[in-house]
Amino acid sequence: MVADFFQFDFLRYTFLTGLLIGIIAPLLGTFIVVRRLSLIADALSHVTLGGIAFGLMIEKLLLITFPPLYSGMIFSVFGSVLIEKLRSIYKAYQEIAIPIILSGGVGLSVIFIAIADGFNTDLFNYLFGSVSAVSQNDFFMILSISIFVILVVALFYKELFTLSFDEEHATISGIHSKRIHLLFIILTALVIAASIRIVGVLLVSALMTLPVAAAMRLAKGFKQMMGLSILFGEIAVIAGLITGYYLNIPPGGTIVMVAIIILLISIGIKQFNFRKKVREA
Amino acid sequence: MKESIVSMKNISYAYERKVVLDHINFEIPRGSFMGLVGPNGGGKTTLIKLLLGLIKPDGGSIEVFNKPIETFKEREKIGFVSQKANSFNRGFPATVFEVISTGLTAKIGYFKFFNKKHKEKILEAIDQVGMLDYAYENIGNLSGGQQQRVFIARALVNDPELLILDEPTVGVDYENVKRFYELLHQLHDNRDITLLLVTHDTGAITEHATDIVCLNKTLHFHGKPEDYSSLSEKDLSQFYGHPVNIVTHNH
Repeated sequence: MVADFFQFDFLRYTFLTGLLIGIIAPLLGTFIVVRRLSLIADALSHVTLGGIAFGLMIEKLLLITFPPLYSGMIFSVFGSVLIEKLRSIYKAYQEIAIPIILSGGVGLSVIFIAIADGFNTDLFNYLFGSVSAVSQNDFFMILSISIFVILVVALFYKELFTLSFDEEHATISGIHSKRIHLLFIILTALVIAASIRIVGVLLVSALMTLPVAAAMRLAKGFKQMMGLSILFGEIAVIAGLITGYYLNIPPGGTIVMVAIIILLISIGIKQFNFRKKVREA
Repeated sequence: MKESIVSMKNISYAYERKVVLDHINFEIPRGSFMGLVGPNGGGKTTLIKLLLGLIKPDGGSIEVFNKPIETFKEREKIGFVSQKANSFNRGFPATVFEVISTGLTAKIGYFKFFNKKHKEKILEAIDQVGMLDYAYENIGNLSGGQQQRVFIARALVNDPELLILDEPTVGVDYENVKRFYELLHQLHDNRDITLLLVTHDTGAITEHATDIVCLNKTLHFHGKPEDYSSLSEKDLSQFYGHPVNIVTHNH
């Protein structure tokens, strides 16, 4: 079954891209979940959609080839900086930044789509993901983003972890909390832009949070949770891509459903272990 | 007279227009175990924030380890266990070891990684608070008293010379409060750590501290615990109700 993925170029790039986002999405997802920022991923994915719609509009109006992934990425990073700005303005109601940015992203998308007089199936692919959408160019860009993200997380792991656990303590001890947080949110924006080709705008936050939610039930400690999240993310991506391809379903849907099954199993295991312990005691 | 490791001169601070601290003069002599008491809203937490450099005074000057606080860089010399240590996100998936490692993050610095020596240091701090058996347990699985020990260990991992604890015994049961004071004495006597303990529990603190400071906008009392205990109720209510002049102190 997997053979097709190595036989055809476009499938091979999709598969390799899937393996990459299976690592980086849950990797950043662990920090996002423990900092209770899950919804920020959703807001940023919608801003990315705005950027993609902008790219498609330029392509259609000016009749040039313009990779929409780039404009998506630029919008996403810009949106992440804007979210931080809004969060500092509305200190007591930080979550209000999320609907503002999310609706802004969708609003822009609608306007760009209307100006371009509607798009073809391409936009559908961006919404729900696609097994055939990753070009060689896309792949190399996503590969560079992945290497960059992994390197930065490795380099700033202790600061990111310290900040996630206790922001006040981190600040008192002299860590530049604001700068580290900004760096983190920009990384998140990059990962979202990179993941959208495969899982789609509407489901990208799921790939960042569901594997983490499952790992959280089983792991001891933060590093173990991170490792398990990546493992679950990879399983979801691989199984989701293959079933999506053979059943002719956008992979966003299948990947998320596999992730949900993993989540249910992990909850089941935890409950089972708990009952067993109670019985033994 | 012992050297002061903290010295506040004429410190005033106001939130909006509400004056919280009014011309405070305050010193922490090296080697003391100081209890800071006073009513709610009396400015205890504000004083700590000033000491940690989180806020700047409206007037007056603060010296920490003989340096003006504005230029004081060796933050690891001051350990801090906050009130929030009791109300952190209990579901956070981190082991005791990982939590304590966060105490070292700033000291190690950017672009550097934990090495073997740091790991030994972390285990040593865990051992000091008697939590070695739980080093690789998730912090959320521990009892309140145990969690508090972990937060003290996080402060100890930097070998602080001054340890500040803000209301650490709130919500901790009697048995654990007892163990907590035992631990503090151990740190004070064996490791020469100067302690500043903010508390509501005036009964317990007068038994353990070497110095008591009572703060309510101004400094109402600064002296030995036995003198504080011998104050009559009338004196105390007067202290709380009518500001008196700043108490000068000699050691």
